[in-house]
Amino acid sequence: MSTEKQQEHLKRHIDETEDVQSDVGQPDVGNGEMDEEFVEDLDSLLDEIDEILEEDSQEFVESYIQRGGQ
Amino acid sequence: MGTETEYGISVKNAREQDPVAASTLVVNAYKSCRDDIPSTATAVTWDYDQESPLMDARGFLAEAETPISETDTSGAVNDILINGGRYYVDHAHPEYCTPECANARDLLLYEKAGELILEVSRVAAERLLLDNQEIIIYKNNTDYKGHSYGAHENFLMSRKVPFDAIVDGLMPFLVTRIIITGSGKVGTENGSAEADYQISQRADFFEKEVGLSTMVNRPLINTRDEPHADDKFYRRLHVIVGDSNMSELSIYLKVGITSIALQLIEKGVVGKNFSLKDPVAAIKSISRDLSCKEPIELADGQQLSPVEVQRAYLKLAQQHLTPEERTPIVEDVLKKWQYVLDNLEIDPRRLSRHLDWIIKKKLLDAYRQRHGYEWDDAHLQMMDLQYHDIRPDKGLYIRLLKNGHIQRLLSHEEVVHAMHYPPVDTRAYFRGTCLRRFRKHIYSASWNSMIFTNQSGGLDKIMMDRPHFGTQKIVGELLNSCTVEELVKKIRGDASKQR
Repeated sequence: MSTEKQQEHLKRHIDETEDVQSDVGQPDVGNGEMDEEFVEDLDSLLDEIDEILEEDSQEFVESYIQRGGQ
Repeated sequence: MGTETEYGISVKNAREQDPVAASTLVVNAYKSCRDDIPSTATAVTWDYDQESPLMDARGFLAEAETPISETDTSGAVNDILINGGRYYVDHAHPEYCTPECANARDLLLYEKAGELILEVSRVAAERLLLDNQEIIIYKNNTDYKGHSYGAHENFLMSRKVPFDAIVDGLMPFLVTRIIITGSGKVGTENGSAEADYQISQRADFFEKEVGLSTMVNRPLINTRDEPHADDKFYRRLHVIVGDSNMSELSIYLKVGITSIALQLIEKGVVGKNFSLKDPVAAIKSISRDLSCKEPIELADGQQLSPVEVQRAYLKLAQQHLTPEERTPIVEDVLKKWQYVLDNLEIDPRRLSRHLDWIIKKKLLDAYRQRHGYEWDDAHLQMMDLQYHDIRPDKGLYIRLLKNGHIQRLLSHEEVVHAMHYPPVDTRAYFRGTCLRRFRKHIYSASWNSMIFTNQSGGLDKIMMDRPHFGTQKIVGELLNSCTVEELVKKIRGDASKQR
């Protein structure tokens, strides 16, 4: 892949991440206050989890092994 | 201050798992998709001459605990970033180190920039694999089989503070802060007492109070004394007991309140006031008490809850920090610290949009109810892992954030900016800006050195032993107006005048 194409790809990926991260909620202004209003309904999120949770959870967690950490 | 994060890595549908190869692939992939590195550039290597990981804070050079494998000098798995950070393969994990930051908000920002760097390189690396293979990266600390990988914090401290005073003052703080900094974990490990769910990912892995090792028989307070700065003036406190956090508030408070606690220790106002009877047992029992109310026993026989111990540190901070020390960010940290302690005291569930262990617990509870799963069901462990998945389409934390379920401190724009630009008020500014402007003239670099190649083929080394120097204020104009030869000459000249 040429460097230009890689650049384009990188930008697109960061933009996609932005779509995910910037559509709800404003950054904190640092005055110690917390947001009062939040979405409470978890149902649609649980539907999403049904869809995106790795298939074969049992097999996956069994095979996930990480040696050599500090 | 700065953080180092080791990420868990796995390749789905690989014939066999080779985490070293996968980590190398990911770290190297980041080099191939950036505009600051021309494809013909030679690698800038890491200057290992500056490292002494076996120097012990108690004053001696230690015998090797386990093989130190950070000896790769090929540059192949080492990337010094234009944001001033470092990205490399440590043992079998990709690791990202933030640049040196002067405050908690910057540190949060640069740690979050690291998650994006990992994700961008993950995508680039995945393109090199077979179509059915996926690289999965988790910002967590355990594989649930007794293997942990770390999220370390580093704080610069005055050399004048005796190490014993740090141990006395910091131990009760670190043990109790998990009620704020825990990432939450399904189940238990390493032979510790059973639980369905606990507050900390790392608590089960700590077996002694003080020591040098980071890989086996881990100590609550690590004695690695490698300041990466002038060791006559500074020590580096290497905190290894923390969890990897996803929540911005958890990260912000973790580094914010710890740096305040260290200020209090430097002032000599903590002493042995809160010394615990058995810190190693206490961190495990606090990790299992989801009410945060059960008292722990202090050395003097007092019984205090972890919230009460944290409140005592907060109160000392309110009493002893000077107006100059109470910068707007410190003030914000103090208010948020108070806010979470007030709510933890009433009912931790009130923080289900704020702190990782409570956010995760709420999600797991809802999903358990929907499907009738028991705590030992593999789906729940899978959810626990996937909470830490850095992919925007798969990561449960990121989905919660998108859906408005989480308190947000940063904007996406500033995180992207932090991938490409260093903080302006530490020496990371000098490192990152030199890499941006003079990459082809840089032979190697480390936290406290930069080595430039000169016109006659020799090497010029610039030491950066003062972490508060090299800022935009001090060197910004110079860096933007001179050639690399002029830069080296000017700095050398200034340094010799000072002598």
